[in-house]
Amino acid sequence: MRRFPDAAGIASLLIFLLVALPIFAVLVEVAVPSVEVWRSIGKTLLPEMIKNTLLLLAGVGVATFLLGVSLAWLTFAYRFPGSRVLEVLLILPLAVPTYVLGYVYMATFDYAGPVHTAVRELFGFTLPEIRSGWGAMAVMSLVLYPYVYVMARAGFAQISATSIEVSRVLGYSKFETLVKAALPLSRPAVAAGMALVMMEVLTDFATVRFFNFPTLSEGIIRIWYGRMNLKAAMELAGLLLLFALVLVWLEHRLRGRARYYQRGRAEGIEKERLSGIRGAAASVFCTAVITLAFVLPVVQLLRWSVEETSAPSASFRMYMGLLLNSLTLSTAAAAACALFALVLAGVLQSAGSRRLRSVGRLSTMGYSVPGAVIGVGTLGVLSSFDRSVNALLESYMGITVGLITTGTIVGLIYAYTVKFVTVAYNSVDSSLERITPNIIGAARTLGASRFRILKDVQLPIIAPGVAAGAILVFVDVMKELPITLILRPFGYDTLSVWVWQMAAESMWGGAALPALTIVLVGMIPVTYLMRKGGVLR
Amino acid sequence: MKSQVVLERVTKKYSATTAVEDMSLEVGRGEIFCLLGPSGCGKTTTLRLIAGLEKPDSGRIEIGGVAVAGGGVWVPPEERRVGVVFQDYALFPHMNVFQNVAFGIRNRRGLRRRVQEVLELVGLRGMEKRYPHELSSGQQQRVAIARALAPEPEVILLDEPFSNLDADLRKRIRSDIKKILKDTGITTIFVTHDQEEAFFMAERIGVMRDGRLEQVGTPEQVFHRPSTPFVAQFVGTADFIDGVVRNGRVVTSIGELELNEGFPEGERVRVLIRPDFVDIEEDGEGEGTVVERLFLGTHHLYTILLKGGERVRCLRHRSRPIPAGSKVRVKLGAPARPVVFRTN
Repeated sequence: MRRFPDAAGIASLLIFLLVALPIFAVLVEVAVPSVEVWRSIGKTLLPEMIKNTLLLLAGVGVATFLLGVSLAWLTFAYRFPGSRVLEVLLILPLAVPTYVLGYVYMATFDYAGPVHTAVRELFGFTLPEIRSGWGAMAVMSLVLYPYVYVMARAGFAQISATSIEVSRVLGYSKFETLVKAALPLSRPAVAAGMALVMMEVLTDFATVRFFNFPTLSEGIIRIWYGRMNLKAAMELAGLLLLFALVLVWLEHRLRGRARYYQRGRAEGIEKERLSGIRGAAASVFCTAVITLAFVLPVVQLLRWSVEETSAPSASFRMYMGLLLNSLTLSTAAAAACALFALVLAGVLQSAGSRRLRSVGRLSTMGYSVPGAVIGVGTLGVLSSFDRSVNALLESYMGITVGLITTGTIVGLIYAYTVKFVTVAYNSVDSSLERITPNIIGAARTLGASRFRILKDVQLPIIAPGVAAGAILVFVDVMKELPITLILRPFGYDTLSVWVWQMAAESMWGGAALPALTIVLVGMIPVTYLMRKGGVLR
Repeated sequence: MKSQVVLERVTKKYSATTAVEDMSLEVGRGEIFCLLGPSGCGKTTTLRLIAGLEKPDSGRIEIGGVAVAGGGVWVPPEERRVGVVFQDYALFPHMNVFQNVAFGIRNRRGLRRRVQEVLELVGLRGMEKRYPHELSSGQQQRVAIARALAPEPEVILLDEPFSNLDADLRKRIRSDIKKILKDTGITTIFVTHDQEEAFFMAERIGVMRDGRLEQVGTPEQVFHRPSTPFVAQFVGTADFIDGVVRNGRVVTSIGELELNEGFPEGERVRVLIRPDFVDIEEDGEGEGTVVERLFLGTHHLYTILLKGGERVRCLRHRSRPIPAGSKVRVKLGAPARPVVFRTN
């Protein structure tokens, strides 16, 4: 065993503690449940929230699986009119957060909305109510299927062409090949994609609120927002955390010992040509999905935005304020995550110890934890921190400083870091791997000092990876809703918070431009993904 | 010949294993020296010790007459003026060819000219703007060599320089590299596990095994006068047959050989037999049986089972093939001084 506390160990342990604290805080709360909390929500609300959460997971799970895998197989194994363009465009909906699509659909297909009204007036009958579990599932599946789609394609591309061709030679049809060879072989990749979908489903509270389908995430926000009862919110968050942990475990099991690989091109097999009706059907299917999940909502948002801004008013200044807030938070969080990731990755790569490496991996667990859990967990940690600092200062110096971290930007960025440090870490880690020991050795034997190696070799090599990681965090924070809503300073509105508030008040137009901005920013990583031919990071 | 690199009883241990043990070596100025040995024998560690990328546990190292390690002295790699070409080339991925080559040049004024000069030498003029990932592995290797040569080091060290190239390219490139190294007249130490490569490139070879130098000598010496059975086997095809010393000759089951070395009468020894020492003739009464015949183009390589159970191999040139199973008579057309080892 290595001599224990060295600098590397201490640094990674500190980061780990910092990241794990909010999550542990929630676990501790649920370990000592308070009776009255569970009595108040236990009878009616809790069973419904659990039931809805499970239903949503199942519904969106099945729908994204079917949609993602079928689209992936269609574009992987067949050629049809427009397939080259469509297979790339199918990634686009990834840029649309669930709550944005949710709000657009609600506005469009609501009882009072244009579609319902038109159908009622023209045909004299009433369409089914969209404000339901079905509506929520449909909306979420439409924007979340790309996770499965992208991962399944990566999985298919990894399978050697021969194993697919062998199956064909053995007399299986293409469909049987999918079911009997391609799917089982790409199981790890599909499982990873499904896990991402499930995490998004657990995190979302806004869409389900729009559609009147209360889930656990929604419950946490409601209890915190409506009753300001942090204790109850944290206990409910503990329950949700258990759901997330089960999911992580399930994915681990499904993935098995196999690993999914991200490199590779989807050019493994000879694509079969679909012509005539079948080709047209394939094109129409793909186009319909893209239209419903991306084109329609973006067009609708554009229309509203134009209507809203054509009357120049205070709303534009308002928008600039929101944009500035969002940019500030995203930039700060991106910088913080990149810095933490750099320290973590650097420390872990230089340390050979396995135990240290697993500590490092644990530090990146926040990504699988729903936003609401991190939100209330951080709030719990910050408020006890503030309380203790205040108590200390009061007893020793007789001064009261009030809230130091709670409800400040610092607290908010801390929570973002807990959630998104993984995103930066993955990118930073792989760029650090490019600096092999021999590269440092080469620089040294060429006479470079430590400082010059840092300046001319190490930093320039990792810079693109750090930048990429920071951009991904930036985009994620821009879209983020639950953490922002729980921890933002009073009256500090961001684009995402504004979309949520306006939409909740049925002020569709007011939410349009911020929502459109979020979608545009979301396009940054998606375009990158599209350029790479649709292989997820 | 003045010694450019000197190792004196150098030992390097890792937690459990000894990578280099009690190694002493002198490499002359302008010499091309090869460390040859199987993987894990400590050759790369030796290079890293010379470069200063590893610190010896004991012993001394001297470069260009100056002590760089041992006896309380430690000169870090950045001050040793040693060029290293790593097995994976370790080019800086974010720099183009020009920047890579220019990295180690101290004299900023003559920089551009020096880079051009070295690139000319390795045949990469016009490639200055390319990035490592845009180059073939052969070109990457040349950049690595140019980069190492550019600061005009005292010594250049090459770690398995040809292992990342495919067989076809390897043959072509190694003669280019040899010419470059000879033209610059730089002291070179390189490491390989391939005896053919060592013979082709090196003026002297040090054969390593388990962290120790088994023998140092010219390729001819190492091949014809191996000092241990391991060296004999590692640098070429070798069989050993038992013999007994009688009247200054060694008597084996397939003939007698003259002995020059002073072995006591009656000593049991092992005699090194290379395939080209042996000739065979078809003979129903012969003491050997052909068990395998390999067609090698210009030659046939036969494996012959002798009566006593020993095997020898025989290389025959342009002759009618003798089918497996044939009885043969074995003749030793051995060299003037056979190589004989004591039986332990």
